[in-house]
Amino acid sequence: MELIAHLAQVQSLTAIAIGLIIGLGALGACIGIGIMGSKFLEAAARQPELVPLLQGRMFLLAGLIDAAFLIGVALAMYFAVGNPLITVLQSAASSAAGH
Amino acid sequence: MASEPGGFTEYIKHHLTFLKPPHMDPKAFWAVHIDSVTVSLVLGILFCFWFWLKARKATSGVPSKGQAFVELVLEFVDGQVKDVFHGDRRFLGPLALTVFIWVFLMNAMDLLPVDLLPWITEKFGLGHFRAVPTADLNMTFAMSITVFVLTIFYSFKAKGAGGFMHELFTAPFGKHPLLWIPNFVLNIVEMCSKPVSLAMRLFGNMYAGELVFILIAGLFSAGGWMLYGLGLIGYTVWGIFHILIISIQAFIFMVLTVVYISMAHDHH
Repeated sequence: MELIAHLAQVQSLTAIAIGLIIGLGALGACIGIGIMGSKFLEAAARQPELVPLLQGRMFLLAGLIDAAFLIGVALAMYFAVGNPLITVLQSAASSAAGH
Repeated sequence: MASEPGGFTEYIKHHLTFLKPPHMDPKAFWAVHIDSVTVSLVLGILFCFWFWLKARKATSGVPSKGQAFVELVLEFVDGQVKDVFHGDRRFLGPLALTVFIWVFLMNAMDLLPVDLLPWITEKFGLGHFRAVPTADLNMTFAMSITVFVLTIFYSFKAKGAGGFMHELFTAPFGKHPLLWIPNFVLNIVEMCSKPVSLAMRLFGNMYAGELVFILIAGLFSAGGWMLYGLGLIGYTVWGIFHILIISIQAFIFMVLTVVYISMAHDHH
């Protein structure tokens, strides 16, 4: 019974952590892309002949801005499906039960 | 396949396991991921063979469609390299082309249905098979460490061994001996963060994309027809979005490779 209580505690905190990682990362990435996109639109309205050049740079920047967010998502998903904190708990429980 | 909650997690875990040599302990970090290496080799050979075929029959008259496509790609990559690098482009151009097309092809393996390649290879008796090499941390780090080594090589070539050491200890703060340690630390951090960020960016994008595909694929068999329809729509939408992500990530990897090497080359 105690093991299930510990498992539940670790899982619940992990779930909250996953939500925070993905949510805060998405917040940063969306605000960044919004600011960059607005600057791009302003520049495009001001100098339409530069649009192809600026568009290429904009996609580059979009990928760079999304990078940290997606790294966070990948880490969060890793904790969601193969939580190493649970594995530690289970191995500790099995070694304690073995004695 | 994935009809109960326990089955769904098992389905996900099964799809996230790499194919390692069977006689090795699966937790050993030196176990080669046979599936990633095989797929990346096949794709690399395919790309080289395809471009070589087009180059062999290249005419300076009216080009065929294949030749026009290859020329389009080549000019695109060469334009990027020309914009950034002001030295001899004979090595960097083909490197950028290889990086771009190879990473793009490896990423594009993510667009195949999740269960397709594992189902095919199961007929041959292989337990797991992950189709996307760039969703493997080993592959992305291999590529970015290669770029890192090239950066150091170009630094040595452009500045000489003495010049490179001098720059390591005196840029960016100054020549005073008290500043040698902060300069060195900052330079090491900057040098090491580049390959790490390059690899993790590509890996994170591809891993997250593949995982969302797996999750939606699990939705297909999780409930009634409504979930099935929802899964179908979700799979299509995410697939279309992922095509954009694939292209952008391949382009970013290439541009950053070129930028890092050119920064190492002409930082006089």
